[in-house]
Amino acid sequence: MTLEVQIEKKLADFTLEVAFRATETPLSILGASGAGKSMLLRCIAGLEKPDCGRIALNDRVLFDSERRVGIPARERRIGMLFQHYALFPHRTVAQNIAFGLHHLPHDQQEARTASLVTRTHLAGLEQRYPRELSGGEQQRTALARALAIQPEALLLDEPLSALDTHLRGQVEAQLQETFASFRRPALLVTHNMEEAYRLGEQLLVLARGRVAAFGAKQEIFRRPPTSEVARLTGCKNISPARANPDGTIEALDWACRLRLAQMPATPPKFIGIRAHHLDFLDSAPESAAEPNVIPCWIVRMSETPFRITLFLSLNGERAEAGEAHLQAEVFKEKWERFRNRPQPWRVRLAPESLFAMPE
Amino acid sequence: MDWSPLLISLATSLAATAVTLVAGLAAAAWRQNRAGAGAALVDGIFILPLVLPPTVVGFLLLLLFGRNGPLGKLLLRFDATVVFSWPATVIAATVVAFPLMYITARAALEQVDPHLLQAARTLGASEARIFREVALPLAWPGVLAGTILSFARALGEFGATLMLAGNIPGKTETIPIAIYFAVEANEIQRAMAWCAVDVGISIALLGGLYYWTHAQRLRRERWGQH
Repeated sequence: MTLEVQIEKKLADFTLEVAFRATETPLSILGASGAGKSMLLRCIAGLEKPDCGRIALNDRVLFDSERRVGIPARERRIGMLFQHYALFPHRTVAQNIAFGLHHLPHDQQEARTASLVTRTHLAGLEQRYPRELSGGEQQRTALARALAIQPEALLLDEPLSALDTHLRGQVEAQLQETFASFRRPALLVTHNMEEAYRLGEQLLVLARGRVAAFGAKQEIFRRPPTSEVARLTGCKNISPARANPDGTIEALDWACRLRLAQMPATPPKFIGIRAHHLDFLDSAPESAAEPNVIPCWIVRMSETPFRITLFLSLNGERAEAGEAHLQAEVFKEKWERFRNRPQPWRVRLAPESLFAMPE
Repeated sequence: MDWSPLLISLATSLAATAVTLVAGLAAAAWRQNRAGAGAALVDGIFILPLVLPPTVVGFLLLLLFGRNGPLGKLLLRFDATVVFSWPATVIAATVVAFPLMYITARAALEQVDPHLLQAARTLGASEARIFREVALPLAWPGVLAGTILSFARALGEFGATLMLAGNIPGKTETIPIAIYFAVEANEIQRAMAWCAVDVGISIALLGGLYYWTHAQRLRRERWGQH
């Protein structure tokens, strides 16, 4: 079961130019809004026509500009979940689910609808109209409707964005359950990196219509290949960098020299570290030689229910108010232990947590 | 009293509305996925009878269906003539009512969320089925309003009908034409009677439309559309 995509399509302010291959593991497509994510899904579903390229699902060619193949959406057997679900308002839940089963005899339509109702936990709601459902129930109805046609691939366009926060966990669990039993290519588009990480195995980062990164999600989050991917995957601390002859790396924005666990093969242009990897040391370092420990001052902070984000200024350079070098994220327990200590504190940028990026 | 104008008017309006409904829906559906200069020109032609004086429409139809007109010649080959016959009243009423149906149906179809049509496509439905089972049910209130407007317009048609169908009592004499010739012949009683009939039909139509849209609103609230 594979979905192969290699397409180009000119959009208003950039060209969507994407090539990838999806297999049975769910693939998250992460990108800022307007990066071309939805257009990509629409091209695969057959709702938009790429300018050129090829789309193949298993052994069926769905689109091939050279061979002038363009299978219409209704023959692609690709289930699509729209951002706002696109449920038919004049049909009940059961009628919505059965819409794609038109070609089957009546009793089979009913049997398949009933089994999907059970699978998506919609029992008892069959005769309701979409308007009378909660957001989560609407989403499950749309999912059941898409699965009813036994699609060979599933496309989900921002499946959680229209939901209240407290519903997302529940719907995410439903999606994970669906993916686990689906075992066919499933693509999920989102602008939320945590959603992308939780729901996908593979990750594709899309930036202005191009693939900025594609691979196993853990690897991309651990070692973003470019500063753009680092930013899109939520890295808060990125600085232009230059390699020094002594093997250290100069972080230009942070005005400090840092050591990496491993020197990169190509000369780094940027260096980054995730906010929760910054560590504050309790006492003076055992030896003066401990690398990457830098005095810092708190410029300002912002509080979330369980964590504190600290904005740091480094090296005695008392930064102007509001202007910080680094962002650190610590749990409140740790903050409680540190908050009354005299500044400067000492922050450690662990060599194994730092990553260098060639562009 | 001779009731034939009422029967002729109702038969003409019903026939014209039926033709208009089908043709207007087909034209609106055709126009839906098209853009560009060609489609805009077609739009202009479809809407033209609404802005032209009915006498101009009638005269153009006379040129088209007359003995020397292209359609008239064609019909002559089958030994048929349209001018000054009952079908002429239907043709005249259809042509003047068509723009109302076309405009309302198009507006109603455009109101339907395109994502619903796209969802239906991904679910394997043919375009015909999508139109029948998704677009039309959702656009139906607008389409019905257009149907009633078309019927009312057909019922009130005078100028083009007189030009193309003339005034043949018992054959092409509709209520508006009967009123005109009654007044001309100074038969005020007859004119007033027909006016009362016309007002009665119109009030019944509008009242029916009001009650129907009210009931429909209640139902659509359940669908979540207003």
